[in-house]
Amino acid sequence: MSSAQLEIQLIACIVAIACAIPGTFLVLRKMAMISDAISHSILPGIVVGFFLTEDLNSPWLILLAAFSGILTVVLVEYIQKTGLVKEDTAIGLVFPALFSIGVILIAKNAGDVHLDIDAVLLGELAFAPFDRLMINGTDIGPKSLYVIGTILLITLGLLIAFFKELKLSTFDTQLAATLGFSPVIMHYGLMTVASVTTVGAFDAVGAILVVALMIAPAAMAYLLTKDLKKMLWLSVLFGMIAAILGYWVAHWLDASIAGSITTVLGVLFLAVYMFAPNTGLISVLYRQKRQQIEVHLLTFLLHLQNHEEVAERHIKHLNEHINWHEVTAKSVLDLAVKNNMIVVEDQIISLTPKGEVFTAEAINYIITNKSAAIEEMKDRFFLFRG
Amino acid sequence: MSLQEYFSLVVSDYTLRTITLGTAVLGLVCGLLGSFAVLRKQSLLGDAISHAALPGIVIAFLITGAKTSNTLLIGALISGLIGTFWIRGIVKKTHLKSDTALGLILSLFFGFGMLLLTFVQKMPNAQQAGLDKYLFGQAATLVESDVWLMTIVMIISLLVLAVFWKEFKVLHFDADYTKSLGFNTQILDVLITSLIVLAIVIGLQTVGVVLMSAMLLAPAAAARQWTNKLGVMVFLAAMFGAFSGILGTAVSASSNNLSTGPVIVLIAAGFVVVSFIFSPGRGLLFKEIRHWKNRNDLQLHKTLAFMYDIAKNHENVSHPHEVKILNNFQGYTKSSLKKLADREYITIDGSTWSLTPKGFDKAINLYNRQENLYE
Repeated sequence: MSSAQLEIQLIACIVAIACAIPGTFLVLRKMAMISDAISHSILPGIVVGFFLTEDLNSPWLILLAAFSGILTVVLVEYIQKTGLVKEDTAIGLVFPALFSIGVILIAKNAGDVHLDIDAVLLGELAFAPFDRLMINGTDIGPKSLYVIGTILLITLGLLIAFFKELKLSTFDTQLAATLGFSPVIMHYGLMTVASVTTVGAFDAVGAILVVALMIAPAAMAYLLTKDLKKMLWLSVLFGMIAAILGYWVAHWLDASIAGSITTVLGVLFLAVYMFAPNTGLISVLYRQKRQQIEVHLLTFLLHLQNHEEVAERHIKHLNEHINWHEVTAKSVLDLAVKNNMIVVEDQIISLTPKGEVFTAEAINYIITNKSAAIEEMKDRFFLFRG
Repeated sequence: MSLQEYFSLVVSDYTLRTITLGTAVLGLVCGLLGSFAVLRKQSLLGDAISHAALPGIVIAFLITGAKTSNTLLIGALISGLIGTFWIRGIVKKTHLKSDTALGLILSLFFGFGMLLLTFVQKMPNAQQAGLDKYLFGQAATLVESDVWLMTIVMIISLLVLAVFWKEFKVLHFDADYTKSLGFNTQILDVLITSLIVLAIVIGLQTVGVVLMSAMLLAPAAAARQWTNKLGVMVFLAAMFGAFSGILGTAVSASSNNLSTGPVIVLIAAGFVVVSFIFSPGRGLLFKEIRHWKNRNDLQLHKTLAFMYDIAKNHENVSHPHEVKILNNFQGYTKSSLKKLADREYITIDGSTWSLTPKGFDKAINLYNRQENLYE
C-alpha cells in the first residue's frame, strides 16, 4: 500500500468520523434533510469567496461557505416561523434558490474561473494527496487531512464539553429550556458544526458523500440501538468501515471513491435494514405475522367459548364461519393444539381447561387494558409462538 | 438579445419556441402535481427522487448503449419509483423518520449512480457526454419530441386529476374518512406519487437534479398563499409554474451565460416571495397591518376605558372633564383624542372632553364583548 493510498483512507476515515457525530444528532432531531440543504446552499458562499480571493484553498472560502450554510438554517427557520408553509417546504424553497444563485454566479464569470460545479458537488478523493501542506519548504502531509482533522478535533471537543446539554436538548427540548440550557444555542451550534463539516469535507469528498456519511451511519446505528452513546460509537464505526471498504472497492473497480463509499454505505444500510434484530424488516414482518396469527387464535378461542353447539365447533365449519383461508385456519389450529388450548376429537373442537382460563383472562385483559399489549400474558400461556 | 427581440423571435425561431413551450409545459405539470406534494407534506420527495433517478439513467444507458431520451427516462422512472417505495417502506416499517429516509435514499442512490457513471466514462465507446446534462439540466437540449412527451404527461396528469378529483380532495384533507367511505387509499396514494415521480423525471433534463425540487414546490407554495380552495390552488400553481418557465427562458435567452434552470427557479422563488408578502389573507404585509391596527385600537380602547372610569361617577355621562386629568394615564396622546372624537366616542371642547352616549355604551361593553377589539 503506497503512502498516497494510506493518506486517502486516513482522510476518508476522518471525514467519516467528523460527519457521523453531527449526523447522529441530526437524525435524532428529525433534521436529516438540513444536511442535504446545507451541502447545496454553501455553493454561493464558495463562489463569492473564490471571487474575492481567487484561491480555492483560502480559509475565506470555508468561512463564507459556512456562513451561507448557517444563512440557510436561519432562512428556513424564519419562513417556518411565519407559518405560511411547513418546515420541509421551507427547506425545499431555500436551498435551490441559494444554489441557483451560486450556479448563475459561476456561469456569469465562467470565462476566467476554474470552478467546477461538478467538483464541488461530487468531489474527488483521489486528488486529495496531491494538495500538500508545506511549512518552510517541508512537506508535512496533505492539506485536506489538516482541514478535516482540525474540524474533527473541534467537533470532538464540543461533543465532550456539551454532551449532557446536547443529549437533553435533543430528547427533551422543554426540560432543557427549563433547566437553563438554551435549545436555540444548541440548535445553532449543531448547525454550525454541520455546515463547517460539510464545507471542510466538500473539496475532498464532495457534497453528496458528506450527506451520505452524515445520515446513513447514524440511521444504521439508530436501527440497532437506542442508547445515544452506543449510537455515536456505532455511527463512527459504520462510517469508518464504509470509508475503508469503499476505498478498496473503488480501487478494485477503478471507479469514483466517493461513489464507492456511498455504495458500500448503501449495501451496509440494506443489510441492517433487513436483518437488524427487533427493528429490521425481516424481524418486523415476522413479528407482524406472528401477532396476526395470535390475534386470529384469540378470536378463534373466543368463538369456541361463545358457541357450545357442536355444529359451530366442527373443523370444516371454520373456513366459512370465521372467513379464514384454509392455510390460516390450519396454522391457527396447529398453534392452538400445540399450546394445549384446544383438543380435536372426531373433527369437533373443544377448549381445554387451560384454553378456557386463557380466554377468560384475555377477555378480562382486553376489557380492562384497552391499549395495553397482551405480550406478557402470551408469555405465561404460550409454549410455542405463532 | 433584448427581451423584446426575444418575444418577437419566439414565434419564428424553432429552437426558442421549443424551449419556451417545453419549460412552460414543464412548469405547468410541476405546479399541478407539486400542489399535492406540498399538501401531503412530501415537499422534499422531489429532491430525493430527482437524485434517486441517476442510477436508473446510467443503467439504462449501460443496457441499451443508447442516449435517446426515452430509454433514459424509463430508467430514471424505474429507479425513482424504487426510491419512492423504499422511502415509504423505511418510514412504515422502522422508527426512522421520513427526513432520514429521504436523505438516505437521496444520497445512497446518487452515490451509487456516481459509481456507475465513472464506470461508464471508462468505456471505450462511451458517448456518455450527454449524461451529465441530467445532473445540472440544460433547457437548450430540449427538442420537439421532449415537448410532446411533456405534453402527454400533462394530459395524463390532467385526466387522472379530473377523474379522481373528488377522491384526491378528500384524501388530502381526511385520509381516514376517505378510507371509511370505501376508497382504496393505497391505490390513490400510489397513483398520485407515481405521477409526481413522472413529472420529476421529465423535468430532470431541463432544470437538473438539484433544482427539480424547487420547480415542484415553489409554484405550489406560492399558490397556497392566495387561496384555501384546492381547485384554485392547483390552477394558480400551474399558472405560476408555466409563467416561471416562460419568463425564466426569456430572461436567460436575453442575456449571455445565464443558465435556464437556475433562472426559472429564481423566478419561481420570486413568485413565492411576492405571495408570502402580499397575499391578502395570509401575507406578511397584511398580517403586519392588521397587527398594527389591532394594537392601535387597543390603545384607543384603553384610553376610552380610563375616561369611562372617570365619567361613570357623574350623573350625566357627558359631563365635561379637563384634558389634564388624562395626564396621569399613559396611553393618551393628542392624536388618540382626535381619533376618539372622529369616532364620535367623545367630544372635545377647548381643554375639556366629554363622553358621548355612544362612547359610554362602547366603553361599558368593551370588556364584555371581546370582538369589539377587532372591529
